[in-house]
Amino acid sequence: MEMSEEIAKERIAKRIAQEFRLTTNRLFLNLGVGIPTMVADYVNNANVFVQAENGMLGVGPLAKSDEEDWQLINAGRQMVTMTKGCSFFDSSVSFGMIRGGHVDATVLGAFEVDEAGNIANWIIPNGKQLGVGGAMDLVSGANRVIVAIQHQDKKGKSKIKKSCALPITGFHEADLIITEYAVFAYEDGGLVLKEIAPEVTLEDIRMMTEAAYKVSATVKTMNVA
Amino acid sequence: MKKVIQIMSCEEAIKSIAPHSRVMVGGFGLRGYPEDLVDALAASGIGDLTIISNDLGSPGIGLGKLLTNNQIKGLEGNYYNWNPEVAAAYNEGKIKVNLLPQGTFAEGIRAAGAGIPAFYTLASVGTELAKGKETRTFGDKEYVLEYALPGDVALLKAEKADELGNLVYCKSARNFNPIMAMAAKYVIVEVGEIVAAGELDPECIVTPHMFVDVLVLKGR
Repeated sequence: MEMSEEIAKERIAKRIAQEFRLTTNRLFLNLGVGIPTMVADYVNNANVFVQAENGMLGVGPLAKSDEEDWQLINAGRQMVTMTKGCSFFDSSVSFGMIRGGHVDATVLGAFEVDEAGNIANWIIPNGKQLGVGGAMDLVSGANRVIVAIQHQDKKGKSKIKKSCALPITGFHEADLIITEYAVFAYEDGGLVLKEIAPEVTLEDIRMMTEAAYKVSATVKTMNVA
Repeated sequence: MKKVIQIMSCEEAIKSIAPHSRVMVGGFGLRGYPEDLVDALAASGIGDLTIISNDLGSPGIGLGKLLTNNQIKGLEGNYYNWNPEVAAAYNEGKIKVNLLPQGTFAEGIRAAGAGIPAFYTLASVGTELAKGKETRTFGDKEYVLEYALPGDVALLKAEKADELGNLVYCKSARNFNPIMAMAAKYVIVEVGEIVAAGELDPECIVTPHMFVDVLVLKGR
């Protein structure tokens, strides 16, 4: 399978946005850095309120050059805008929201995810980085955890593993895994393939996925528009 | 009881920091940290400090200067990926690092300010960051015990103060500043402006002056 990284990421972000597009209740959403940040561009629903863990509810789109306010950033240090009704609060309130179960969903990127729903996204132990961020709080505190991940690494190896090899961020925390080729839900203790992209077959997914999974009886074609 | 609020220069304010102090510094990703105070601390050369902060700026920028100057003995914080010199110094055994999930870090500071010695959280259970830590089961879930993170001195940033020391902040520059104001024994705040008491709307004051000792005006 060949797809440029840019197109893959855009497709993943668009498909994740569909999870939130129809809500008529207020939905509180935390977005990690990378693909998750792109999700906000496609949600198009005024009932979805984006929370940034550095202390902001009502994060708007990334700031254009004439809107830049250097004291207004998201957790990835990107300059952002405010939506109407935006509020600011300190870091303990922010993580009270997260740990207290008030955040409906979090979307995060990952290095690996596995068939037990374990997520590895905080460190590659090569001695070059030392940081954890809010990911461990988010995966354990948010009501729904959506993993945005390219199906394979640059060498074509599956990032949806039997068992994560990298240090774990949270155990049994993934609820939904969305790649450029497939959607998996974590149900009854295992992965279930729910959707596949229009250009791939069930056999293609089997070939590119290391983790064991069941195929849903109602497996659908992924909406990639 | 506390002394009336003192307004002083950064250089004077920094004299309250002794070597081996636990110094809390507000800020997240170079926003909402007290730039002038950090510069003064770097210029002072005071060493063997434990810095309690979300991150350590960037290499040679903000708190990064303290590492470049070898003023740091230990770090307690959350995210040093913006400053790779931290991992390098840690690997060489030059500094100790207590790396905590961001919510645990925030709650540790809040707890210190609120008289809570320790607390349980779900974050990090079973992971490398929970190794050697006590756990306890509540209901059907296992939680990890984490301790309060008190400071000797806090160096903070606020948008504006009144002459009593009440504080208001600006947007995402608020971050850890309000909770650090409660968690350190001696609190120095760098502000852009000082107005007369009564000029700040009481409904909008975020940090009451009870938690503040010294104000410094940015750019003085």
